[in-house]
Amino acid sequence: MKRPPTPLLGGLAILGLMVAFAVAPDVFSPYDPLAFDFSALLAPPSWAHPFGTDQFGRDLLSRSISAAAIDLQIAVFATFFPGTLGALLGLLIGWYGGLADAVIGRLMDLVATFPFLVLVIAIVAILGPGLANMYVAITIVGWVPYARLMRSEAMVQKNGEYVAACKVLGYSTPRILFRHILPNAIRPVLVYAVTAMALAILLGSSLGYLGLGAQPPTAEWGVLIADGKNFFTTAPWIALFPGTVIVIAGLGFSLTGDGLADLLEVKR
Amino acid sequence: MTVMLAIRNLTRRFPARRSLADLLRGRPRQAVHAVEQVSLDVHRGETLGIVGESGCGKSTLARCLVRLHTPDAGSLAFEGADVLALEGPARRAYNRRVQMVFQDPYSSLNPRLTVGETLAEALHVHAIVPKADIPARVRALLDLVHLPHDAAARRPHEFSGGQRQRIGIARALAVEPHLIIADEPVSALDVSVQAAIVNLFMELQDRLGLTLVFITHDLRLVRHMTHRVAVMYLGRIVEVGPTAALFAAPRHPYTQALIRAVPQVKPGRRTTEAAVIGELPSPLEPPPGCAFHPRCPLADATCRRDIPVLEGRGGAWDVACHQA
Repeated sequence: MKRPPTPLLGGLAILGLMVAFAVAPDVFSPYDPLAFDFSALLAPPSWAHPFGTDQFGRDLLSRSISAAAIDLQIAVFATFFPGTLGALLGLLIGWYGGLADAVIGRLMDLVATFPFLVLVIAIVAILGPGLANMYVAITIVGWVPYARLMRSEAMVQKNGEYVAACKVLGYSTPRILFRHILPNAIRPVLVYAVTAMALAILLGSSLGYLGLGAQPPTAEWGVLIADGKNFFTTAPWIALFPGTVIVIAGLGFSLTGDGLADLLEVKR
Repeated sequence: MTVMLAIRNLTRRFPARRSLADLLRGRPRQAVHAVEQVSLDVHRGETLGIVGESGCGKSTLARCLVRLHTPDAGSLAFEGADVLALEGPARRAYNRRVQMVFQDPYSSLNPRLTVGETLAEALHVHAIVPKADIPARVRALLDLVHLPHDAAARRPHEFSGGQRQRIGIARALAVEPHLIIADEPVSALDVSVQAAIVNLFMELQDRLGLTLVFITHDLRLVRHMTHRVAVMYLGRIVEVGPTAALFAAPRHPYTQALIRAVPQVKPGRRTTEAAVIGELPSPLEPPPGCAFHPRCPLADATCRRDIPVLEGRGGAWDVACHQA
């Protein structure tokens, strides 16, 4: 029944490359991502500039590579914070039920009825643009699906006989929750989180595009696309290549998520 | 015989979900009468069997005894001390002496922990042995239930149902209990494996001086391994007595029917006659009077009106029946 985890390996390969770009962009970048080159403005893809250059002559390959660090950070932070908050809340309301479940359940409905992006934009607009505030906004809006997943899974697990055995053995509630229920209930949340990382990059890119996330001249894939929009008819490569990179990164996260789902499947 | 666990008038009802239509019609809230007015003594060192059909409240009773459920009424005393009022450390101390073995060996073990981790956790939480001695004690527990030492490093999915039930028994034994409540511990297992687990229980009782409450719907097991047997019907105990005498001459019509219903291997003893008429009534609305009267061949007007009391009939034998 063991089939080779090809999707997982492919996903990890893509993510590994991204991490390598993030850790040591100088090793891979042929040029300084911020250096202007007025002899090669809006140069189309060539051997010298595989992704072409933008209106200031900045090498787009180098800029895409240097953006990996910030986009990887966005992918991780924009899922880690809401994921942790949501999973904790979901675990607690799934276990205790009752009033807490009812109150937080309605709060989840409330948050979920707002269009996601509009709410994030509104919160960032109040807090001010920038990455830190973007994470705050995404956490406030994004914890709901994690909480829902964790809540339903915790409700299933808490009725398992092994939990009854824990109670009969006199284990404390924190011990039951974090040592027994959490490891058995976390799988859907983890798998969703990894898939959501792809969406987080798109979200970060959208906010960057709107000027609410990463601020220029920092290279960020969304910002790169935003830069390219005015030249799309004459120099489509400016938007096209960073866009392709986003797609590939998203693919990496999705494949890893699928692979992780298989890997974490618990044998009974 | 000293009384270890004294159960008095224990009652547990589960409120049923009320539909909007019922609410609008003003119907009263219904409740499943899982355990009704159960009084029973568990004696030190004995094996007490509790038998009854599915849904008669055996498991609910078991769960009340280990305090997984809180009874709605009645009292429970362990060695003279009230159990239902215990909270926190005192409750933990009670559960150290009274443990449970569960029905389903597949869901009663945490699939993410190795067997060693599961056993070590119980030893650690209750500080049964110093930390350094935990691995040795885990091996001793595995010996006790006849599992190899290398089982400690493996996870539950690598074991068969019978082996898992041994792990569940070892986990219960880890805290050195005096009383074990076994809730249908073999009904999920193959017949060949059942015998091995039953023999393990009997062996452990001999070696450790355990008191055992063995809940099952299998009368043959009860006859084989218990000293006394209590028969439950729709949440109530209808007959309690010494196993051998009770099997030889059951007094309650329900017990008689149950014993007649045991499949016979010898062709000459087979019967085609139905042992009990009809189905188990809904525990939402137990029949008035004796709950067994709709299915009882001996029922008369008294049975339909008055709930029979569990009364002594000599020789530590109690029956709840107007006719017997």
